[in-house]
Amino acid sequence: MTVLLVGLSHKTAPVEIREKLAFSERSLKSSFAYLNNYPELKEKVILSTCNRVELYAEAKELEAAVQSIKNFLASYHNISLGEFEKYLYSLYHQEAITHLFRVSSSMDSMIVGEPQILGQVKDAYLLAREANATGIVLNQVFEKAFSVAKLIRTETRICESAVSVSFAAVELAKKIFGELRGKTVLLIGAGEMAELAARHLSNQGVETILVANRTFDRAQELANEMGGKAVRFDGLEKELPHTDIVISSTAAPHYIMGKNLIANILKARKNRPMFFIDIAVPRNIDPAINEIDNVYLYDIDDLHNVVEANLKEREKEALRGEEIIRKETLNLIRWLETLNAVPTIKLLRDKAERIRSQEIEKTLRRLNHLSEKDKEAINVLTMSIINKILHNPIVNIKKEIESPNGFQLLDLTKRLFDLEGNLD
Amino acid sequence: MLAILSLLIVFAYFLATLKHILFLIYRRHQLLTIALWAGLLGLLLHTLNLIVYTRKMGHLPFANFSESLAFFSWVMVLTYLFVEFRYKIPSLGTFVMPLALLSITYSQLIPGEGTPLSPLVQNVWFLVHIAFAFLGIAAFALTFGLGIMYMIQEGQLKSRRPGGFYYRLPSLEILDSLGYKTLAWGFPLLTMGLLAGSIWAHSAKGSFWGWDPLKSWPLLIGWIIYGILFIGRIRGWWRGRKAARWSVLGFVAVALSYLIHTY
Repeated sequence: MTVLLVGLSHKTAPVEIREKLAFSERSLKSSFAYLNNYPELKEKVILSTCNRVELYAEAKELEAAVQSIKNFLASYHNISLGEFEKYLYSLYHQEAITHLFRVSSSMDSMIVGEPQILGQVKDAYLLAREANATGIVLNQVFEKAFSVAKLIRTETRICESAVSVSFAAVELAKKIFGELRGKTVLLIGAGEMAELAARHLSNQGVETILVANRTFDRAQELANEMGGKAVRFDGLEKELPHTDIVISSTAAPHYIMGKNLIANILKARKNRPMFFIDIAVPRNIDPAINEIDNVYLYDIDDLHNVVEANLKEREKEALRGEEIIRKETLNLIRWLETLNAVPTIKLLRDKAERIRSQEIEKTLRRLNHLSEKDKEAINVLTMSIINKILHNPIVNIKKEIESPNGFQLLDLTKRLFDLEGNLD
Repeated sequence: MLAILSLLIVFAYFLATLKHILFLIYRRHQLLTIALWAGLLGLLLHTLNLIVYTRKMGHLPFANFSESLAFFSWVMVLTYLFVEFRYKIPSLGTFVMPLALLSITYSQLIPGEGTPLSPLVQNVWFLVHIAFAFLGIAAFALTFGLGIMYMIQEGQLKSRRPGGFYYRLPSLEILDSLGYKTLAWGFPLLTMGLLAGSIWAHSAKGSFWGWDPLKSWPLLIGWIIYGILFIGRIRGWWRGRKAARWSVLGFVAVALSYLIHTY
C-alpha cells in the first residue's frame, strides 16, 4: 500500500501545458467515473488549480499506478503523453505526503503563504470523497494535510506581511500611524493602483477619503464611488494640514509638491506625521520631502522593494514550516504502517508460537517417561493445532485488507489478541 | 541565604533578558512567555530579598551605592512588567531588561553589605527623595528603551529598505505615545524626588543645595533636559525622532549623574 502522486506545477511546466491538463469543476465530477477504468488506482484525488494539476492516489503496484495516471491524463484530455510527460513529477510515500503538506500549507505556491490554496485542496478532496473515490488512506492523509496547514499558519508568519504593492502601502501606514481609525487620506489623480490602496486603507479604518483631480467632475465621480469627498485641485494646500496620508498618481510632468510647502504644512500640523505614497511616473512629489522630520515618502519602486523584502521574510518563516512538515509526515507514515497487514500477521503468529513453546516446555519437563520420539510427536501436534486455528484469520485478514474498511479488521485483531505496541 | 537569593535573582533577570533577546530574533511566543515569567519570578525573589535584607540590617537598602543600584533594578523591573502587562509591547523587554540585569549584576560585584546607615539619611525626607527619584528614573529607563526603539523603527521607515526590525518593532505611533506617557510620569516623579532631596539637605545640613557641585549639578542638568523635552512635547513642538533623541540623551545624563551622585 503506497500513497503516490503524479502531477505538474508552475515550477515544472509552462502555462500552455498546465491549461491543457487542467480540470474544470464540472469535468472533475465526470473524471472520477472515467478513472474507474484504471483499477490499479484504489483511492484518488485530483487537485487542479491554475498553478498545478496533481493526481494523488493510493495503490498497491507503484509503477503500474504511475503509468495509469499518465495514461489517464493523456487519454482524458486527449493529448499525447509525449507532449507533457517531461514536465511531470512522480512522488511516492513519504515524499508524496510531504509534497501534499507543502502544497496545502502554501509553501509550494508561487507566492509563499497565499491563502487560497488550502481552500482549493479542500474542495478537491471533498469532490473526490463525494464521488467515493477516497478511502481510509487518502481520507487520513488529506485530513492531516489540513490540520498541518492550519498549524503552520498559526505557528509561523508565512501568511503575514503584504505581497502586493497596495497592501504594502497599508502596512507601512500602520507602522507609522498604528491605528488607522480616524485618519484622513487624500487621493490625487486617479489610477487603478491608487484607488485600490485607498480602498484597502478605508477597509482598515481610515475615516475620510478626499479626492482631487484636474477635472472636478471626475473627482466628484470617484468620490461618490468610494464614499469620499471631492476637493478642488487648486485648493490642495488647504486640505493638507488635516490629511495624514497622501496618495498621488497624476500625469503631471513635474513635481506638484515641494519641500518648502510640506515643511510648512508639518509646522501647521504640530509635527504630526504624514505619509506620502507617490505612485506616479514621472513622480509627483519632490523626493527631498523625505528629509523632513515625521514625513515619510515612498514611490512606486520603494513599494516594490518593500514587497520584495516581505517575500523574503515569508520564505524565512517557511523554513520553520518545513520543520513542522517533517515531523508531521513521520507521524502520518507511522500511522500508515499500522494499516499494513504483514506486521500484524507476524505479531499474531509470534504470539501464538511464544505461548505454544512455553507451554510445551512446561509440560514435557514433567513427562520424563516419554521417549524423544513421543515428545517430537507432541511438539508437531501443537504446531499444527496453532497453524490450523490461525489459518482462517490470517487468510481473511489478507483478503479483507483490500476492502475499504480492512483496517478495522486489523484494528480488531490487534485488540482481540492484545498485539498493540511492538510493530517492529 | 541572602547570597543564594541574590544569585537566583541575577539568574532570573539573566534568563529574562536572554529570552527577550531570543524572542526578538525568533518571534516565538513561547520565548516571550518564559521571559515574562522569569522576570516576574526574579521580581518576587527580589522583593523577598529586600524584605529580608531590611529586617536584618534594620534599615532600607539605600546605605551605599551597591544597595541603591540593586534597589534601582527592582524598581525598573517592577515598572517594566507593569507597562508590559498594561500596554503589551512585547519587544520592549529586549531593550529594558538588559538595563535591569546590568544594574543588579554590577551591584553584586562591588562591596556593599554592612555599611551602617549614616544618621544623616535616617530621615523621612530622604526616603521620599530616594523613592520618588528612583521611580522617576525607572520611568525614564522605559522612555529611553522606547526612544531607542523609535529611532530604529524610524530609521527603517525613512530608509525605505525594511529590515528585520521593521517587522519586529511596533508602530511609530505606539512607541511615540508610550514614550510620552512614561515621560509624563517620570518628570513629575523626579521633580518631587529632587524637591524632597533638597528639603532633606536643608534639615540635615542646613542648606537646600548643600552637596558639592560635582555631585549635584549633573542631576540638575538631566532634570533640565527632561524638563525641556517635557514642555516641548506638551506644546507639540517636539515629537517623533527629536523627542526620542532627547529622551535617550536625558537618560544618559541622569544615569551618569546618578552614578556620580551616589558613588
